[in-house]
Parts: sequence; C-alpha cells; structure tokens
Amino acid sequence: MLAYVIRRIFVGVAMLLAMSLVTFTLFFASPVDPAQYACGKNCSPVQREQARKALGYPSRGEGVWESNIKGPAEMWGTFAKGIVKGRQFPADEELRKAAPENVVDCAAPCFGYSTYSIRTVNEMVGEALPVTFSIALAAVILWIFFGVLIGVLAAVTKGSFLDRGIVGTSLFLYAFPSFFIGTFLLTYISIKWSLYPLPSYTSIADGGVGTWASNLLLPAVTLAMLYMAGYVRMTRAFVLESQAEDYVRTARAKGLATRKVLFKHALRAALTPLVTMAGLDFASVLGGAIITESIFNFNGLGKLAVSANTNYDLPVLIGIVLIAGAFVITANIIVDILYAFIDPRVRVG
Amino acid sequence: MSTAPTPYLSVQDLKVHFPTPDGIVKATDGLSFDLERGKTLGIVGESGSGKSVSSSAILGLHRGSSAQVSGHILLDGVDLLELSNEDMRKMRGRDVSMIFQDPLSAMHPYYTVGNQLVEAYRVHNKVTKKEARARAVEMLDRVGIPNPDKRIGDYPHQFSGGMRQRAMIAMGLINDPGLLIADEPTTALDVTVQAQILDLLQDLQREFNSAVIIITHDLGVVAEMADDVLVMYAGRAVEHGPCKEILTHPEMPYTWGLLSSVPDVSGDTNARLLPIPGSPPSLLNPPTGCAFHPRCLHRDKVPGDLCRTELPPLVVGTRIGSHLKRCHLSDPDSIYESEVLPEIAPDLVDEIVADKATDNAADDAEGAR
Repeated sequence: MLAYVIRRIFVGVAMLLAMSLVTFTLFFASPVDPAQYACGKNCSPVQREQARKALGYPSRGEGVWESNIKGPAEMWGTFAKGIVKGRQFPADEELRKAAPENVVDCAAPCFGYSTYSIRTVNEMVGEALPVTFSIALAAVILWIFFGVLIGVLAAVTKGSFLDRGIVGTSLFLYAFPSFFIGTFLLTYISIKWSLYPLPSYTSIADGGVGTWASNLLLPAVTLAMLYMAGYVRMTRAFVLESQAEDYVRTARAKGLATRKVLFKHALRAALTPLVTMAGLDFASVLGGAIITESIFNFNGLGKLAVSANTNYDLPVLIGIVLIAGAFVITANIIVDILYAFIDPRVRVG
Repeated sequence: MSTAPTPYLSVQDLKVHFPTPDGIVKATDGLSFDLERGKTLGIVGESGSGKSVSSSAILGLHRGSSAQVSGHILLDGVDLLELSNEDMRKMRGRDVSMIFQDPLSAMHPYYTVGNQLVEAYRVHNKVTKKEARARAVEMLDRVGIPNPDKRIGDYPHQFSGGMRQRAMIAMGLINDPGLLIADEPTTALDVTVQAQILDLLQDLQREFNSAVIIITHDLGVVAEMADDVLVMYAGRAVEHGPCKEILTHPEMPYTWGLLSSVPDVSGDTNARLLPIPGSPPSLLNPPTGCAFHPRCLHRDKVPGDLCRTELPPLVVGTRIGSHLKRCHLSDPDSIYESEVLPEIAPDLVDEIVADKATDNAADDAEGAR
C-alpha cells in the first residue's frame, strides 16, 4: 500500500512537470508578445527589451519568435528552478544590480512574479485560494448532502409522482447555466427583494465561522445547484442498480428491516462511485469557480484567472493552471487511496 | 377417514403475476404442493419456468414490487400471504430462509462474512454482538469451514466458491428455520464441490429436521437430494410425485426431454444426448392448450388436436396415486419405454425387458400353481 502511494505521488509530480512544460509551450505559441503587452502601446524597442528582461523572457528577435524551441524550454527551466530553490525578480541580473531596492525575493516554491500587479504569484494565489476553497467546500457539502438525500428518495419511490418530479426538476436545473442561477440569486434574492444580505467574502479570522458561512451561502448554492442536479440523478441510478444486486436480495431474505437494507446494504455499494465523482468534482471546483466568483465578486482563483487572462499576465495564469492541475492530480491520488478503505476487495487484492 | 397430518408447508393455487405495459406475465400460474418437515422437494425446470419466482413468493420477496401474488402459502398453519409486511419480515430468515445460486454476488462484498452472519442472527435474536459472533463461529464450524474463528473476519472474496456457499448455508441455517429454500445452490460451483455441498445440505437437514425446497435444472441433484419432485413448465406444475417414480416412470414428454438432456458419463456411448427443441415460451403470450405443445414430439399421438386447444388438467398418473401429471397422452409409460428410453439409455431397456420377463415368469409360475 505504501509503495503504491509513493509510486502514485511520483507519477503525480511527473505529470505536473509535464503539464507545466506544455503550458509554457502553449503560451509561447500564442501570437501575443507579453513584453509588448506589459510595456504598453507607445513603447520604444529599448523599453520593450527592458520590459522583456524584467519579465525574464528570452529575447524574441525581430518580428518572429526565432527562439521558439529554446524559449519555452529555457523559461521552463528557470521556472522549475524557482519552484525548487526560489527566485529573485526582476529576472535579469543587470536590472537587479541597477536597482537593488526594487528587488523582490520569491522564496521556494516560487510560482513567478506578476509585473502587472507588481506582486509575486504566490501572494496573489495565496489570497485567492482561501476564497475559492471556502466556496468549493460549502458547495460540495451542499451538493453531496442534498444530492444524495434527494437521489435516494427518488430511488426509493421509483416510478411515483415524487420520483418523476425529482428527476424532472433535476433535469430542469441541470439545463440552467450557473450564471443564470447566480444572477437570479444576486439580483432578486439579495438586491431587489432583499431576502438575503448581499454576500461578500469574510474570512473566518475576520468575522468568525458564522459570518464566513452566511456570506458563502448564495455563491455556494449557485455552484452546488448544477452539481446537485447531476448527483441526484447519479445517486438514483446507483441506488437502483445496487438494489437489484443479489446481496441486497440476500439482505431482505435475512429479514432485515427495509431501512437497514437500504442504508447498510444498497447505499453502501452506491457510495463508492459517488465518492470518486465527488473527489474529482471538488478538485475541479478548487481550480476556480469562474462564473460564480465573477457574479458575486469574490476574489477567488477563478476571478484571478479571468483577470490574468484579460491582462495577459502569463506568470499568474501559469501559476493557476499548475495549482488547479495539482488539485486534480492530488484528488485522484486521494480518491484511489480512499477506494482501498471503502472497498475491501481493493485493499487486499 | 383418518385426518392426514397437516403438512408443514402447504402451497395452494399460488399465482404470481407481473403486470407489464404489454400485458400480464404469469410467472407462476396455479402452483400447489405440500412439504413435510425433514423432507426435500426438488423443483425442476428450465430457466423462466417460474421456479425462482415461486420460491421468492414463499419468502415474500415480491412485496413492495408490482407483482400480484394470490393463493395460499400455509407455513405451519399460518398463511404467509395474509401477514403484514412487518410480520412477514420477521418470518424471513427465522422460519423460512433462502440460499442463492451465486454465493459471490449473494454476499455483500463490503462486509466480512462474520458481520453478515452476525447480522442475520441478531435480526431475530436479542443477543449481544459477542454471543452472536460465537453463534456465527459455531455455524461456520458446523458447515466445515476450517479455523472459523479466524475466517470469520474474512471478506467473501477471500473465500473460495465452495466455502462461500458453505458460509451462505451457515447464514441460512443460523436461526434454525423450519423451511430452507435452496435456489440452484450448486450451479455456480465446481463439480467436485457440488457433491460436498449437497452432502452438507443433507446432513444439516437431518440435524435440523427442516423442510427443504431445492430448485434446480439438474436432475442429478434431484436424484441425489429430493424425496418429491415437481417439474415446472411455463409457470405450472406439469409433473409431480415421488422422486424415484418420476425419474423412472415419467409420464410427461417435457420430463422425458429433461431426462434426455442429461449427459451420462458412465453410460453407453450409444446413448444420445437429445436436447428439447425450441425454447421456453413467452409467459406474456403462452401457447394455447398445453404450453409445451409447440415443442412436444408426441403431440400427434393425441387425437383431435387436443394439445393445442385444451390445457390438460393435473391428474393422477397411470401407475400410482401420488404421481400427478399434466398431459393428454393416454399411454405415456409405454411410449416412454418404447420410444424414449432406447434413445437415451439403451442398457436400461434391456433391464426392463429382463424385469418383465422375470415378472411374467413369476406370473406364469403362479398361474401354473
């Protein structure tokens, strides 16, 4: 088991490295020159070179990316070294010598420096991550709790009016884009009808758990609604499937009460695929709930990614892509390890 | 007239119908049989003949589904079909229990064997976990699982197929039920293990003095285990009687077909393996008259197209009173001996001829006296 976990972690790290390399290459393949972008419209070639050095990008030559092959590989090398050892910015040594008072230290693991925001990526991500994490956590609790509960209810009352209502409603909600639900909640519930105070992110340190949670409710509902609809349908399907299993019939034949048959025997087996789905979905939400964060103006990873994209803030984008990727890979590993605890056949076999 | 002792289990005119959008599926249509404690009934038939559906009905497993169950199932004088769901639940596992075909899928993969046995015991007995565990170990030991106090913590997948079925039997008998239904208990097992499991079932039946219904399509199992045999086709009994009588003097062409389909490893290589042509009928639209007539090789021997037009009643056969058959053939025994037996077991024909010769000789001798 331990050897398996270690192997999985190694593979995960290798995947992250490969992913970052691909990300770099992709950004270099884009026709936009980040130095030009950072420097502004009325920028002389000298200033542009200056900006390029400050950013730490290799020289581009005139007009085309002549160092196309060398560029990303070289940059990626510096980036990888920064993650392991830490870096100093500006990237160019001469620039650092010229103005030592402007040098920024970026300790390992350094994800880069945003010249646009004049801060390290670590700082920016460090601020955005708790916001996204809070929304994701609140949403995942909501959607798993209600999704599984309603799904089981639908499965138990299969074919009834209630079941049809649940299936229909979840399909209906599933079809709604989250920007609709989010906008509706914000505009009507919060603003026009004043049913719920306008949410704004407050950390636990600032306002305590109560304030933190109450501010998260609307964004979390927005995010959870879409997933919940899917989970209702999946839970219903999984429970119906496991209710048809032979071992559930055995449980009934033993004389167990219906409730015990359902919760101890049928639901237990249905939980396995649900845990897998939930782990991966949670990880992907951690990478940033772009629409939800934008609607409610929560400064999470998703919103950070959007603004980095608008401003062509490459270091930030790369940092977010890597972190989101790391979440997914980690979640995969955790789900696989969890599997061993859930399913004894995996544990021993 | 002496009153016969009330049988432990008495099934009377049991019908299990499933309404579907296309019509009513009559999975079991008027099944009746009696069973004493300590006796074994073998229910034989092809897939889809209604064997499992009928036995599930005895356990009340159709409750909560759309199935319509009617008739009477008297267990020790109590009509199971009139019990409330809760009362029926209390009977399950305590008075009637069931062993299923595939022990791997019939045991929950996520719980240990011990957990599942303990659960089965504690549903019906107010005992501590420790006492229930001791009982589970005792039962596992009884069914021949080595080191039961250690193996009790294993998961089903850590058991071999035969051991799993032993554990299932232990679970079925843990509450000492009066009636045990074994639904194809050996079908999923190796041939070598099959015999062991059947022996075990027989031993335990003697020990617990329970009534056993064994559902199978394997006539070998029936010959080994059963006191009585009930042959089912398309939801109805087509032949019913003492095991030896049914196996030696079957009077229904469907039973002949089942016998012809059994390979005889030790027998004459001239014996042919004759499958029953065609496949079991749809229970949604069963054939008119005798449900077996489209596949029956002997329907021309009945005059007037009777097989196609009229369902034969279940009547007493030609030889003994306890032998019931559902067939229009007027002289089935001689057709069996002259047409069927020579094909499937030529050596038996010689025996019968020899038997008859000695009978005749004895008759002659008696007549001469």
